[in-house]
Amino acid sequence: MTATVLLEARGLAIRFGGVVAADGVDLDVLEGEKLAIIGPNGAGKTTFLNIATGYLKPQAGTVRFLGKEITAHRPRDITRFGIARAFQIPQLFLDHTVIENLLIAAAGHSGRTTLMRSLRDLPERSEMENLLDLVSIRDVADRKAGELPEGKRKLVDIAVALALKPRLLLMDEPTSGVASSEKFAIMDILVAALDKQRVTSVFVEHDMDMVTRYADRVAVWSAGKIQLSGPPAEVLADPIVREQVIGI
Amino acid sequence: MNSTLFVLASLDGLSYAALVFLVSVGLSLIFGVLRIVNVAHGSLYAFGAYLAASLSLLVTPISPWLTYPALLVASLVIGIVAGGLIERLLLSRVYGREEVLQLLITFAVFMIMDNLQRMIWGVQPIYAAEPLKLLPNVSIFGVSYTSYQVIVLPAVAVLALFGLRYFLRRTLMGSVILAVTEDREAATAIGINAQKVYLITFIIGATLAALGGALASPTTSLVPGMGTEMIVLSFAVAATAGLGQIEGTAITALAIGMARAFVIYLQPEFEVLVPYLIMVAVLLVRPEGLFGATKLRKI
Amino acid sequence: MASRSPALAWMLAAVVVAAGVIPILIPSMATLVVLILAKGIVVLGIIILLQAGQVSFGHAMFFAAGSYTAGFWGKYLGVGDLMTYLVVGPVVATLLGLLVGLFVVRYREIFFGMLNLAFSMVLWSLLEKMFHLTNGADGMRVPRPTVFGMTFSPDNFQYVLLYLTLAIAIAATFAVQRFLESPTGNMLRAIKSNETRLEYLGVSARRILLIGYVISAGLGGIGGVLVAVAQQIATPEFAYWTKSGEFVFIAILGGVGNALGAFAGSAVFELVRFYASAQLANSWQLILGVVLITIILFAPNGLIGLWKRQRAARDES
Repeated sequence: MTATVLLEARGLAIRFGGVVAADGVDLDVLEGEKLAIIGPNGAGKTTFLNIATGYLKPQAGTVRFLGKEITAHRPRDITRFGIARAFQIPQLFLDHTVIENLLIAAAGHSGRTTLMRSLRDLPERSEMENLLDLVSIRDVADRKAGELPEGKRKLVDIAVALALKPRLLLMDEPTSGVASSEKFAIMDILVAALDKQRVTSVFVEHDMDMVTRYADRVAVWSAGKIQLSGPPAEVLADPIVREQVIGI
Repeated sequence: MNSTLFVLASLDGLSYAALVFLVSVGLSLIFGVLRIVNVAHGSLYAFGAYLAASLSLLVTPISPWLTYPALLVASLVIGIVAGGLIERLLLSRVYGREEVLQLLITFAVFMIMDNLQRMIWGVQPIYAAEPLKLLPNVSIFGVSYTSYQVIVLPAVAVLALFGLRYFLRRTLMGSVILAVTEDREAATAIGINAQKVYLITFIIGATLAALGGALASPTTSLVPGMGTEMIVLSFAVAATAGLGQIEGTAITALAIGMARAFVIYLQPEFEVLVPYLIMVAVLLVRPEGLFGATKLRKI
Repeated sequence: MASRSPALAWMLAAVVVAAGVIPILIPSMATLVVLILAKGIVVLGIIILLQAGQVSFGHAMFFAAGSYTAGFWGKYLGVGDLMTYLVVGPVVATLLGLLVGLFVVRYREIFFGMLNLAFSMVLWSLLEKMFHLTNGADGMRVPRPTVFGMTFSPDNFQYVLLYLTLAIAIAATFAVQRFLESPTGNMLRAIKSNETRLEYLGVSARRILLIGYVISAGLGGIGGVLVAVAQQIATPEFAYWTKSGEFVFIAILGGVGNALGAFAGSAVFELVRFYASAQLANSWQLILGVVLITIILFAPNGLIGLWKRQRAARDES
């Protein structure tokens, strides 16, 4: 049985001035998998997330989500189609508490923009509290997002994305900026949450330990193309990948 | 419209544009560097005008020709003293604070200066037309016009334009100001004293506003409220050009000055409407202004 | 927005009592209190926009829209009813807000402020120059309207107006507080802290800002009707940029963290203006300018923030 193709990128090309970020990128994301994208710094991995979420328009190529072309859509439309994004630098409402961040996301998702009901009394509240449990940040529910350390903010950022009940979650270096002693703990929590919610995920990653341990499949992005993709053990053993990407 | 009226309107527009340019370019320069819209800019213009008129009236008995240096002295005094005090005492304390607070602190300065102006110079119109009367009229395409308005004012404006260009592009201090405008963090990182740059820029901008007022004083009666009108007008010009654009401000001032002058002859009741309509129209199409550069949003 | 605290509720009660009782003891205060409350209602609208980090330096246009509704009604349709004004005025302001809002919500920060300023100056020049329609700079007289069809003597009318204004001010305060706590109100604050994330939640920041903008325009219209009726006149000055600046001033003076700040700021502003113009040789602008600078430099959360800080200090000791 072949898995459904959730996201399908074909022939993506984009350059910034003289820098070629993508030059004919083909990439499929299969339902249920955890796909890691690795590659040298500045290769254009984040650009892929920007294109897939409509923040950047590619100069050529298309992106389809569940067979529907989304290339020309805006981020907020693509979000509504079911693709959520977590950022390398957490993008939160820093003046709001953690639970409020999630409730705003829930209200955005349900389109519940009622004027006369308090955000704090939304029916989604208990669901959001469960989500905080799932990501192990219930203890900071009533703290302002701006007061949290980077590691916690990363988790809140991902929880906000999960509050949108996406089918596909795109993450940009989920553990960057986190102390290395915490990285595995955070990823364990995160992967468990993703599995529980049955969310397909793509994550851009630099840390090969993370890739080996958590990805089902790895795609190598280099020189504007996907050079190689396959199971982590296989891809990371490839001599060219070891030389160009991992730098051994 | 016959040809005489056409020439007359063009000359009106030209002399008016010269004054508006001086004030607007000061506002634009300050915004370009400090990122603050100086609501008190019109008050500096009015203070320049009133002080120039007072000094002119004072020196006229000695020699009417002394009124010209009086105009210059008045603008420098207002620019350096009032400008310097505003920047050092007030603005320097709100850099990096919320935009609304920066805007409001200059609004407070406007209120204070507006009140002081009434206290010092009263509310009766003041006339000090000596500098205008001293110079002969010139005949342009059969239309007689004061040379002060069609030669001196445009000449000063052109001088200010090229002076500013030279200062910003050819002198060390100018390059430093441009560096701060382009990238404040990088500029401070390489050891540029941003505080000093802000002070000097604000003084230059304030002096230009005061100079506009001083030069305008012989051409009009000075009344309370002249500053309140000028701030929105110069704002409209600077915004239409794109805040921080010096050459663009000159072209826009000329265009708005001309448009306004022609409307006065054709449909006088819509005179005040012209600059704002142009501003709305331009900003709706190009929010960064006619000559402004677009900035990409970053994630 | 700060959550409701008992101390604040007590303060609200005290303000309401003061506004309702003082004018009975000192009748000359009645109109002043109406002005304070009416401007406070306008400032509630400014506070809404400030939640999104946006400063409108042209909000007086909606204030003027309300005032001139009453003026036009009086000139062209004869003496109207206050209730009619209070419905039609805000509707006109709201529609104008929708029209202008559709353009301005595409912009942020200084561009947002500038466009608002430009639109309001267009309205100001029209009001001043369309002399045959608007009486130009002289403004339009607003004859004392009936209330629910009843005619009142000037003395009684000022109390009717006062208590009606007080009731509207209370209702508006609660409605705004409620709105700011709603999902939409929170999204408005989210525009200030992170618009990118808001878009990535599938929310149109423009639409949210437009909702806030239209509500704030409507509040401007209500305030405009009340001020025009209290002063029996609407003039182009009502749309001038300095009037817009005044509203932003009052918002910052009172403190934007709480709806009550609008009325605290408005009270201080109008009282200083009233007493300083009477007793200190027309130096009210000077005094208010100094007050504003002091607040910005030393109490950026406004009078309400100052009051809260003092309470906190007292509770600790």
